[in-house]
Amino acid sequence: MLDLSKYQSIGAALRDALDTFAGEVCLIESDRDREKERLTYREFKARAHPLARALQDGGFVAGSRASIIMTNQSKWLISAYAIFYAGGVLVPLDYKLTPEEQWQLIRHSSASVLVTEYPIWRQLSGSAGRAAATALQTILVTEAPPNAELAGAQRWEEFHGADEPVFVARERTDVASIVYSSGTGGRPKGCMMTHENYLEQCVALTSIYPFWPGVRYLSILPTNHAIDFMVGFFGPFTCGAAVVHLRTLRPEYVREAFPKYKITYVSLVPLVLKNLQKGLQARFDALPAGKRKVFDALVAMNKALTKSRPRPGLSRRLLKQVHEAFGGELLTIIVGGAFTEPQTLQFFYDLGIPVANGYGLTEAGTAITVNDLRPFRADTVGKPLPGMEVRIVNAAADGVGEVAVRSKTVMAGYLNDPELTAETIVDGWLMTGDLGRFDAFGHLQLAGRKKNMIVTEEGKNIYPEDIESVFEGLPVREFCVFAANYIWPKRSMTGEKLVLVLHLETGQAYSEELRREINARNSRLLNYKRIHGVVLFDQDFPRTASLKIKRNSLAERLAELDSSSAILPL
Amino acid sequence: MRTLAETTQEVLSLAAKHFQLPAGSLAPEDDFFKKLGIDSLQTLEMLSRLENHFGIELPDYEVQGVSDFKTLAERIQSRL
Repeated sequence: MLDLSKYQSIGAALRDALDTFAGEVCLIESDRDREKERLTYREFKARAHPLARALQDGGFVAGSRASIIMTNQSKWLISAYAIFYAGGVLVPLDYKLTPEEQWQLIRHSSASVLVTEYPIWRQLSGSAGRAAATALQTILVTEAPPNAELAGAQRWEEFHGADEPVFVARERTDVASIVYSSGTGGRPKGCMMTHENYLEQCVALTSIYPFWPGVRYLSILPTNHAIDFMVGFFGPFTCGAAVVHLRTLRPEYVREAFPKYKITYVSLVPLVLKNLQKGLQARFDALPAGKRKVFDALVAMNKALTKSRPRPGLSRRLLKQVHEAFGGELLTIIVGGAFTEPQTLQFFYDLGIPVANGYGLTEAGTAITVNDLRPFRADTVGKPLPGMEVRIVNAAADGVGEVAVRSKTVMAGYLNDPELTAETIVDGWLMTGDLGRFDAFGHLQLAGRKKNMIVTEEGKNIYPEDIESVFEGLPVREFCVFAANYIWPKRSMTGEKLVLVLHLETGQAYSEELRREINARNSRLLNYKRIHGVVLFDQDFPRTASLKIKRNSLAERLAELDSSSAILPL
Repeated sequence: MRTLAETTQEVLSLAAKHFQLPAGSLAPEDDFFKKLGIDSLQTLEMLSRLENHFGIELPDYEVQGVSDFKTLAERIQSRL
């Protein structure tokens, strides 16, 4: 691994990595059963440099912003490297957002360059939001068919500068990326991540989960997500490892990728991990009684022998068939983006497949705590990573309070929002809005949320404010969306739901027609953003002088209702 | 070549069979996340089943954001 303490920027570290590991494979791209691409670090550089030069020829300078909206693929990483090499600021956006949401964030970030894929561009270019993105000058589209209408964009594959690009140095404190942790509604939360944030996070994470040449990381979580950016790009690249991309993310192709590419690490969201568990459990349950008995005995033996630490070689011999299905070289599954249930973590550990469970948020530069597996603990999110100071603020008698973090990995602030930044980073401490406590062994245990939001099992952060616009014009006096656990606090991180609070007009009933209207509007939202019930409230909502709803005061009043009967199903 | 109406009917009956629902219980406008109570992963499994049936490849981007059978059938039809 490169000694990252010597570097000032992501671009400088990656530049040296491409030379240091020139002959190693860095990227493999597969679509279904076809391998589309296999690049060494040398070839990666040869693809990225002409792009960096063309950007520079087009006026891209230090601090210029470039957005990437792509599925996980080689051109994502090549483009990102070219942007960093040219001293730019990367704005990675979620390809699953709607075109309107994507335009809103492009506009908010003031990106002058957009790199995207043709199918995404087809939708984006047809959306009305385009006109407002006035800072955008260059649009690069990958994989456009020969006669495609490019609507003002240029082909990524033909965007080449003739000369060598000029490397543009950046300082550690300069902003490297603007990562939107959420906020496609009224208030985008663009986390300004510095070069130092990434360099320090990479050192901390790889001290526990190292990469080296020969390691193969399967990239499934979207690369715009802080986790995949770190463990599916910057981490492996600065260590000479390889990243495997799948263009079709169907369960059968994901399953095939493990033995085909001898995967070492993979990151998953809890939903996928649970699904994997379900599939394996069904296979174990289908074993004939005799075989099942032997299998159970082997699992019990593995469990006993790995009590104090993982022993991958031993587990692979004991439970050969299970490990072979995962390619035989899988070291750890990294899970992130949302809370994972302990029994799922335990299930995999007992099979000899440790799950690196941790806790983090984009604002803190990915991970804050992670289980170091010495010993494995399913009931906690692990200990703080090296360099992280974590404390519990305003702890109650049981030790539970708000989790606060101070480290070099904490973002510089939210873009264009000093007010929200000041609320979130107080005296140098990042207030996470999550509740937790430390146990006697220094492990963090999460205990719910203080903030009004939910995180789905797919790792999506949903803020109620962001989905309210879909209910605008609803024939009621007023309405507001809440995370149910914000109104009725629960010491739990699972089963989080959104509810729509309605204040009906005098004499108005909650009619079947109104219910249908709510359902119709709800179905316009992406499935994971939808509300799960309605709460009726017969008083005026408390409001500020500027008539904004005082959400915390309203939540306090709603809390007086009985949650078991107050939430009406849709 | 199938008509869109035929494709839609085949999508509905395959989905009903895959999720063990009575034939005819699904309608073209139904939101499959809601009607079937499935998550994004189960949707992907259903897509693979449909691909095999129709003998086509549906790239992930084609089905991005699609949540009703009618639109899904249209996307399939365009690739037949």
